[in-house]
This record gives sequence, structure tokens and C-alpha cells, in this order.
Amino acid sequence: MKVSMKVNGAERSGDVEPRVLLVDFLRTNLAQTGTHIGCDTSSCGACTVLLDGEPVKSCTLLAVQVDGRSITTVEGLANGATLSPIQAGFHEEHGLQCGFCTPGMMLVGTALLERNPEPTEDEIRWAISGNICRCTGYMNIVKAIQHAAKAQAAAQAKVPEAVVVAGGE
Amino acid sequence: MSTATHMHGRIGESIKRKEDARFLRGKGNYLDDFVLSNMLQMAILRSPHAHARIKSIDTSAAGSMPGVIAVVTGELMAQHKLAWMPTLSGDTQAVLATDKVRFQGQEVAAVIAETKYQAEDARDAIIVDYEVLPAVTSPDGAKSAGAPLIRDEKEGQKDNHIYHWESGNQATTQAAFATAHKVVRLHTFYPRCHPAPLETCGCIADVNSATGKATIYMTSQAPHAIRTVFALVTGLPEQQIRIISPDIGGGFGNKVPVYPGYVVATAASLLIGRPVKWVEDRNENLISTGFARDYHMTGDLAVDEKGKMLALRVHLDSDNGAFFADAQPSKFKAGLFHIVTGSYDIPTAHVTADGYYTNKAPGGVAYRCSFRVTEASYLIERLVTNAAIELGLDQAEFRKQNFIKPEQFPYTSATGWVYDSGDYPKAMDVALEKLGYAELLNDVERRRKQGEVTGIGIASFTEVVGAGHGADFDILGLRMFDSAELRVHPTGKALLRMGTKSQGQGHETTFAQIVTEELGIPAADIAVEEGDTDTAPYGLGTYASRSTPVAGAATAMVSRKLRDKARKIASHLLEAAEEDLEWEVGRFYVKGSPDRSKTIQEIAFAAYTNLPEGMEAGLEGVHYYDPPNMTYPFGTYAVVVDIDKGTGQVKVRRMVAVDDCGVRINPMIVEGQIHGGLTEGFGIAFMELITFDSDGNCIGSNFMDYLLPTAWETPRFEMGETVTPSPHHPLGAKGVGESATVGSPAAYVNAVIDALSPYGITNIDMPVGPDKVWAALRSKGVTE
Repeated sequence: MKVSMKVNGAERSGDVEPRVLLVDFLRTNLAQTGTHIGCDTSSCGACTVLLDGEPVKSCTLLAVQVDGRSITTVEGLANGATLSPIQAGFHEEHGLQCGFCTPGMMLVGTALLERNPEPTEDEIRWAISGNICRCTGYMNIVKAIQHAAKAQAAAQAKVPEAVVVAGGE
Repeated sequence: MSTATHMHGRIGESIKRKEDARFLRGKGNYLDDFVLSNMLQMAILRSPHAHARIKSIDTSAAGSMPGVIAVVTGELMAQHKLAWMPTLSGDTQAVLATDKVRFQGQEVAAVIAETKYQAEDARDAIIVDYEVLPAVTSPDGAKSAGAPLIRDEKEGQKDNHIYHWESGNQATTQAAFATAHKVVRLHTFYPRCHPAPLETCGCIADVNSATGKATIYMTSQAPHAIRTVFALVTGLPEQQIRIISPDIGGGFGNKVPVYPGYVVATAASLLIGRPVKWVEDRNENLISTGFARDYHMTGDLAVDEKGKMLALRVHLDSDNGAFFADAQPSKFKAGLFHIVTGSYDIPTAHVTADGYYTNKAPGGVAYRCSFRVTEASYLIERLVTNAAIELGLDQAEFRKQNFIKPEQFPYTSATGWVYDSGDYPKAMDVALEKLGYAELLNDVERRRKQGEVTGIGIASFTEVVGAGHGADFDILGLRMFDSAELRVHPTGKALLRMGTKSQGQGHETTFAQIVTEELGIPAADIAVEEGDTDTAPYGLGTYASRSTPVAGAATAMVSRKLRDKARKIASHLLEAAEEDLEWEVGRFYVKGSPDRSKTIQEIAFAAYTNLPEGMEAGLEGVHYYDPPNMTYPFGTYAVVVDIDKGTGQVKVRRMVAVDDCGVRINPMIVEGQIHGGLTEGFGIAFMELITFDSDGNCIGSNFMDYLLPTAWETPRFEMGETVTPSPHHPLGAKGVGESATVGSPAAYVNAVIDALSPYGITNIDMPVGPDKVWAALRSKGVTE
């Protein structure tokens, strides 16, 4: 079956069997290997991507189910050489060790801050509770997301209002 | 160059990690990310039964399915003498079953196809006819009369017993027990759990049909040792084998052994002439690869009337699964379990251990632990808290009274370990202070009067890490040294390669910092590489918290070698005698004339451009470090829990962790390691369990049954530290990766037992789930 979707802003398409999982389509057909496979049962969140801005587990979606929709993966977070606030937060607060869960964690964190720019610690912990990290014990992941929230708030404060309106959705 | 310039990244500085850049952008290179030209995919068919005779295997349908290149069975492997392979504990293990299957999930056949989906389709079309046999699922079952013989193919094997092993002194221990005022006994089961790194195991075997060279990408914590094992197993010449461990998504011991899938994929690539990738799924990872623990332990602690510990007696029944494939030094059948006297000055001890075959997965690995020290630490720390409760003593005071005193180091334990350094009372005091212990005890009393179920747990662990020295510690005879090769380029930038392999521990940053400290080259100017056996110097790998104690020491030593040569070059450049030169980080200067100096970068350039007469060019070196002793990190962990009487739910209110791992190279990374260990310890104490029904079906075979802690359950940790350097490590460092997993389970469970002690409850086996707590409370009439 033909399938088309926007991946990190670019139109991508392929010809796949209906049973092909979204994660396999991204990794194998599109060679976007930042999205990882950890469990196959949607328990661990290593395969998390954003579907129209909302976190989903790409091991439990078929590629054909997202035909015509928009996907963000870890490869889409940075703006050229500039890390996104979440990426910078993970670096500054030592929010990653082996790095395998990190793409999923960062995407969940990105989506969280999009709808709740000032989350409490409990709200952060709840938001990432569908993603397992075996290395960090989560404390520094929480700090990383808090770091990003602060950076975003500081950046917002600096930007003239007119620009925010023009750039907003 | 100004002498006051701050050198970025020296020891003790929490610099940000160099490796983050690629991981943050999704540009890590994990095994499954590699795509080789013309690569095939492999899927493994596994046994649905725990114990069954294979009557026939029909691969005809599978073999003719779309995309299928080959179907491999044990029979084919046997033709190449590869149906069985040696294990790390001197036993044999089936690669693909030929006669019987001996555990659920055992490898029976493999399909190699063009795509992963095609390989899995064809795998499901293989038909195996089994004659199901009774299964053995515990040591008690293994030794019972009439138990089925699991290893009937082994010559001379008449029962399911694998080994008997002893340590310590039986006679003096018996004599001490005879004089004891009180003997406290604890029988406890440390259940089977699994390291479950988020990335599963896998490999890509690429045997070049023209040259015969086998390049094998592998999720391995010990690539060099694996290369040698592969040479021995396959008969390939060792220079024709190249193992490449790429980025690894967590290991925790799970990625030390050789798994059958690696052997089959390599054989398939050799026979087919194309690269073959095999990546297991989560179910395969949990049911077939290196598990942990599964120790049934009984400890007796003899105490005199003043509360002084007199002697310790321990018996252990070890459940090793269908093949004795524990990853541990060959000398010690139960790993380092005999460090079971822990942090206490116990004059005499006797440890006995028996290992048994069962119809369960093989390959006991140390899940974030140094060869079974976790089980030892858990037993002694549980026993000490139980003894304190039984004797009516305060568990902190009872520990302090019996600690090995700071002035006793180096201390030789009753089972022969020589502890290098420690200050146990200090770590305890820091923990109690952080906890507000005296006040907390009053609070517990007050709450209990109001009917609350609450308690405090303490564990003062001692670890033994950093294997070797090589005379006592080995993998299949390979001494546990490790290595570092340092090349300083003409422009003063450097390349450091080591025999270890990071799986998230931050080696690229930490080991660069050691070179910064020793040679004054900024950490940002040092590339660190590991994992490629064709380029890195030979080493035994990363497990048992050994990278900093061993390869870290090698890095310091090779840096010092280069500094010695740099001094000679500086002497030449400055036209001053070597003994008139002073070193400070980054430069040599002439004594009394600090302006007359040469930086390490200037010296490096001269090493290729302007050498003293007769000196070899270059500024490169290699060092193989065989440590004189293990290092002994320690600490005190304290936990406060509240238990809901109605549901049995345990809530960890506080977790205080005071660690002493000697000198900390990058404190940020050290703390991160401890956070992770405390979390895995929490998971083991409360959630993680691989168990089996009476037919040997594995329960805990996916992440919906094998429960791992998420951010929601995981406690917030309160961290503290003391620093007692290792006297024999060149930097005073001790290794820390596993301390928290070793020490914390007992602290968590002790808190539960302390909370339940008013009701006479002395043991609940891990994982301490609400069901067990509720049942215990109910049995005492505390809840309905």
C-alpha cells in the first residue's frame, strides 16, 4: 500500500505491506533510526514519536494508520545546530546515560511543555510514566524537563508580543 | 601560556558529557541501526516447553516461503560441530537443540530471510514434534527423589547437582556458635530477576567470503573476551575475527555472555556469504538471556550477650537453569558471594553453596552487581536488621558496634577478602544526620501509637569491585586486567582507546578527564574510543564496576608514561636537565624560572618535529593494568516506608543514600549512576520478578508482566557522600556503577520488615508486592 506522511516537516512516502508498523517504516524505509524499539508491547516508550503533536508509541501503530498525518521524531527536535530547549535540558541536567530511552523521553517532554509550560514535578512524572528509563532513576530527567520549561519561559519573556502572535498557531 | 589558566575537565569537575551530542539528536549508533549492504535477517524459533524431547523438526514449509534463504537446525549446526558451545562457567550449552529442549525459550531453529517480517513468518511455519517431559523449576525439585535428569547428555552426570563449594572455616565457626548467647536465623529467597536493558541483545555477522574475515557487530560488554571465545568455539583464526560493540543501550550484566543467536548468525553468514542480522525481541530477551539471582539463602548469625557478632554460617542453594553458564571468575562457583560478612568484624564464617540444574533459562549474570555480591549484601544486611529487632537493639547502633573500624584497614575478612579502605561509621553518621534519625525514631513511635504501619530500614553495604587481580579473577582463564592506549597527535589533541565498553556510564567523558588530570590536555581535545577489537587494546570489558578501577587506572598509568617521555622532550627544548623541570598540569617549567616552560601541546609537536638525538618519534603508549587488589566501595542507605494496612501497599517516604566510592572523577556522572542503581534496587525490592509455573512456563516474559519502575513509583533520592580513597588505585577511585543496586534492596526490605516487626513478621521475599504484605498482615490479624 502507498503511504504518505509528513516526517519532521518533509513529505515522505513509501509502498508497504498493511501490517508494517510505523516504527519499522520510520527505521527501515526512511532510515530514521533515532526512534528505538524496546519492548513490542507499548510498555517502554522507546519508540515514542509525536503524531500531530501528541505522543504515540510507534510500535503499536501501523504505518498506514498515519497516512496523511504529521510525525515528529527526535531527528526533528533540533533547529540545525541549535538544540531545542528539551535537548539542552537533558544535556545540562545529565538526563541521559545510555541514550536509548532519550528520544522518547524528550518527545514526551516536548509535548508536555507545549500544553503545560509550567508543569509541577508530579505532572512531569505522570507525563513520562509511559516511558521506561533503566539508567537514570528519572530524577535528572525531571530536572531536564524543568530546565527546558524555565528556558522556554525566559525565551518567551524576551520575545516581543507581536512576534509570538505571528509565529503562534 | 599563563599558569593560572583553568584547565577544563580535571578530576572532580562535573563537566557535561561528550557523548550526549549524538544521543540527543537521535544519531547514536546502536546495533539495530546498522544496515549493511546485502544484509539478511534472522529469526529464532524457541521451545514452547520447559522440558521435552524433540521427535522431529519439519522445515519444509518454512524453507519454501517468500524471501527465505535458509532454515538452520541443530542437525545442521552439528555437522559443523557447533550444536553445542562452552559456557563461561566451564559447562556446555546447546546452540540449537538436537536432543531435548531444557527450558522454555531455548533455541531450536533459525530462519534467515531477506526481511525481518519474512524471517518471522517462516519461523512460525516450522513444525516441531515434542514429547513433553516433567519440568524441574527449583533446587528443591532438582534434588527430590525421582526428579527427571535434565542433563542426560553429559557423561557421568547422574543427578541435577552442579557443584558444591565452600569458603571460610567450618571448625572455628562451629566452635563460635557453641558459645553464642543468641543465634539469629534468616531464610530468604532472592528471586530470579532480569537486567532488562532497554535495548535487547543482538548482532550482525558479516563473514567476507573472499578473505574469510568475520566482522561481528555485537551488543557486547566484553568484545575482546568474546573474540577469543569465538575463536575457540568456531575454530576461526583470531586475527580473522573482529568484534565491534557499537553504542549500547544499557547492559547491566545482560550483555556479557555469548548467546546462541550470535553463533548461529555467524555460522549462517559464513555459509551464505552475506551479512546476517539478529536482534532479539523483548520476550526473547526476558525468557532466554542472562537472568540474575535465584539464590535460596539461609544465614545464621551468632551474637554474644553484649551484641557482638561472633560468627556467621551461610548455606546457599543456587538455581542455575538448564546450563551452568554463569558469567563469573572460574575459581568461584558462587561468584563473590563469600564476601557475605559484609561491613562487619565477624571473626569467623563458613559458607557452603550448592548449584542445581533446573528447566529454566541459563546464564546467571550479575545484574548491576559484581558477581553475586548483591545476594551476599542482601543476606547479611537483612540478617543484621532482623538480629537487631530480635535482640531489641537499635539497628544503627548494632551496626556501628560491629563495623570493621577505620583503623583495622587493610582488613582481612573471615572468608579471605582483603578490604582496601573504609570508614563505615562516618558514612553511617552522614546518613543518620541527613535522615534526622533520633527525631525520626520518635516519629515512628508516635505514628505506630496512632495505628500506622511505618518503619525505617538501614543497609550498610560493602561492595567488592574492580576485578582482578588477574591471578584470582578471569574469564575462561583470561586474566581480568584492562588496558588503555593513548596517542597524542602533533597538534596536541589525543585519542584514547580502552579495552572496556561503555553502556551509558559516560566513559568518553570520565576517561578523558583522567588524561586531562595527568597530562593537561583539555577533555574536549581527547577522543575516547572503545569496542572495536581491531583498534582498541585487549581488555576484559565493562561489568562488575571494573572500568574505573582497572581501565581508569590504566589510563592514568599510560598518561604518566607519556609524561615521562614529555619530560625528556621538554628538557631538550628548554635546554635544562630533566631533574630541573617541574610539572604542573599542562606544562613543564624550569625550577625557579616559571616563564621558561613548554606546554604539553608544544612538547607533542616536538615529538614529531624536533626530538632529542636518538629518541623514538611520537607521543604514544599503551598500558595493561592488573590491579593489585579489588576495591571496596561502601555506604549506608536508609529508607522510610509507610504501609497501607488495607491494601498492603508500601510507599517509600524517604530514601537517603550515602556512598563512598573513593575519589569521584566526574561527580555528576557518579551521582547519575547511583540514582540509576537505587531505582533498579527499588524495582528488584518491590516489582521485578521472573517466575515459573509448575510446568516451567516463564511468567515475567514481557514488560506487562515483568514490572519495571517508572517515574511515577520511583522515590526521590536524598544523596550524601564520604570520600575514602583506595590506597592502591593510582587515582584513589573505587568504582560505583553497581553500589546502589547491591546496597539498596536490603534497605528497602528492612524498612518493610521494621514496619511489620511489631506484628512478629520477620521475612517477606522480594518482590515485596502489596499482595504479600497484605497476606502477612492478614495472617497476624492486623487487617481483614
